[in-house]
Amino acid sequence: MSAGVGVDLENLWIRFGDFVAVRDANVHIKGGDFFSFLGPSGCGKTTILRAVSGFLEPSEGNVLIGGNNMKGIGPNKRPTALIFQNLALFPLMKIWENITFSMEIKGASARERRKRADELLDMIALPGQGDKLPSELSGGQRQRVAIARALCAEPDVLLLDEPLSALDLKLRQHMRTELREIQQRVGITFIYITHDQGEALTMSDDIAVMRAGVIDQIADGKTIYNDPSTAFAASFVGENNVFRGKVLDVRGDQALIRTNRSGDLLSRISTANQGKMNVGDDAMMFIRPEALSLAPTGSQGDHFVTAKVNHEEFEGNVFNIFMEGDGGKELKVSIPNHGQSFEDHSGQDMTLEYDVNNAVAVPAGELAAE
Amino acid sequence: MPGFLKEFFNRNGTLMGSLMLGLVLFWTVGLIILPQLSMLDFSFRPNLPPPEIGGPKDVYTLENYKYLIYGPEGGSQDYNAVDLRVFFRTLVAAVCVTIFNLILCYPIAYYLGQNKGNHIRVFALMLIIPYWINEILRAFALRIIFGESGVLNTLLVGSGIFDTPFDFIRNDIALYAGLGYAYILLMIFPIYNVIESLDHNQIEAARDLGAPWWRIHKRVVIPYAKPGISSGCTMVFMLSAGALAAPQILGGPSSLWFTQLIYQQFNDNSDWPQGAAYAIVLLVTCILLVLALMRVFKVNMGDIGK
Repeated sequence: MSAGVGVDLENLWIRFGDFVAVRDANVHIKGGDFFSFLGPSGCGKTTILRAVSGFLEPSEGNVLIGGNNMKGIGPNKRPTALIFQNLALFPLMKIWENITFSMEIKGASARERRKRADELLDMIALPGQGDKLPSELSGGQRQRVAIARALCAEPDVLLLDEPLSALDLKLRQHMRTELREIQQRVGITFIYITHDQGEALTMSDDIAVMRAGVIDQIADGKTIYNDPSTAFAASFVGENNVFRGKVLDVRGDQALIRTNRSGDLLSRISTANQGKMNVGDDAMMFIRPEALSLAPTGSQGDHFVTAKVNHEEFEGNVFNIFMEGDGGKELKVSIPNHGQSFEDHSGQDMTLEYDVNNAVAVPAGELAAE
Repeated sequence: MPGFLKEFFNRNGTLMGSLMLGLVLFWTVGLIILPQLSMLDFSFRPNLPPPEIGGPKDVYTLENYKYLIYGPEGGSQDYNAVDLRVFFRTLVAAVCVTIFNLILCYPIAYYLGQNKGNHIRVFALMLIIPYWINEILRAFALRIIFGESGVLNTLLVGSGIFDTPFDFIRNDIALYAGLGYAYILLMIFPIYNVIESLDHNQIEAARDLGAPWWRIHKRVVIPYAKPGISSGCTMVFMLSAGALAAPQILGGPSSLWFTQLIYQQFNDNSDWPQGAAYAIVLLVTCILLVLALMRVFKVNMGDIGK
């Protein structure tokens, strides 16, 4: 199987009438990467996938696969295979016919096809199931058949459109591991579409975070989680507490921010925005729930936050405290459970502390919807 | 009482249930099965003047069926060549009309089924509205188009394509067009119904895996649409083999339809037993033909009802 074919999107615009679905996307996907487009529904990620697979011609810009411009090349001629959200297995064909449909088109004999189907069924751990119909398999098994059918076409790039969204939670988590393993075994480029940040973070080499047709950030999962470049990326990926305010002072890669509710707080400026944030700018500062810890009540300083506790909950591995936060959103703190005793602080003021390196400041922007 | 009947009565109540059951039974048994049985009975009796009915001559006989095959006793020919020819010609023509309709209607049904939007509703309406006009009027309208001095001939001769008018009626073109047009909806709607429920992703998946358009139809769309196709074909075949108005009005003078022979026996010759025998032969042959074709194309009876 050919490995390492990269995909490039160059100044890609896709419009439907007046609506701009994708706005000037520029993405370089390295060959053999597991690359995810992550964003809420309607952000244009599926549109990008359809442009790569050839079901949609971009309004402007180019799609390059392995350096070749795909303009005017139909989906049946592109070196891509698409796994649909609802899988789209052919219900009237047996599993082995489904898997080897691409070979049937090329005129392979039934014997060759059976042989190849058996190999692929072994690979997806469904040996001997070739003569069943798709309706006789479980959701997870159908999922694997869809992957085998796509891989049988020997694509250079495999495109996956939220293929796990129909599965239940346990199976979904199991399939994440399995997909990643398959990708590493076959070594081809995977482009994965999802709105589930957990899926994107666990499987991907690189992630593009999308919002309303715009790509906000492209980086590996750790960078996106720890060093988001926009307010949207910070609030969409994982849980985050937001503090709105204005930049009071810039000190190297740190900024002192006069927050609306919590006084002046010091924060690291996210890498992408260093040198771009000036005194007086509207800014947002983000601190993850797990980056906050309890401090002696009444402690003062640029890395202490004091607020009133609304309510508390015990989640098992963590103890969550919800406090009055900025802009109607609660401030969430997660304290790891080491077996210590927790008292109920509801209605009282509490002071929290954080490491300045764990807070990140970005220019004020749109937040992800809850 | 069988379980499904008990459930039926539980759901609808005894009064409503009996009423519904009674009406359905009246419809199937009283209006369809019993009259057909009486026709079957007729077909095995000699054609006697009223005083002799029930008399010694009124015995079961195969005469009426023999007549279709051998013709009148002591006739000049060994076989009833005229009627047999009409019989087979009718069957072959009905098959042709069915195939022609399928080829014409499948693309239309596919387009209607796989596209969404207001224009689809307009198209469907445009297909339905002509059926508000009664069959006879539609047949005569086609005569106006296909007649010797009709619209089509005026156009063809006027534009110099033909030197003399072409006789569409004598060549049965008007008849085929009329029959085809009469049953277009019965072909389109069953196919449309099935194709509408076909997940468009299936078509895209096949395309994505490299299939050209004809292969997508052969392997994905047609197998899926098979119940609709067989249901449409059965209806069009049965109805065109049994059509009367269109052949009467649009048929050429020399090309009789078998239903016209049946009509003549009943009406002109007042020979009900002979007419009944002809009608039974047509009915049984059509049913056997449909069952045989269903077996060849591996269609279940249940699929037809879809």
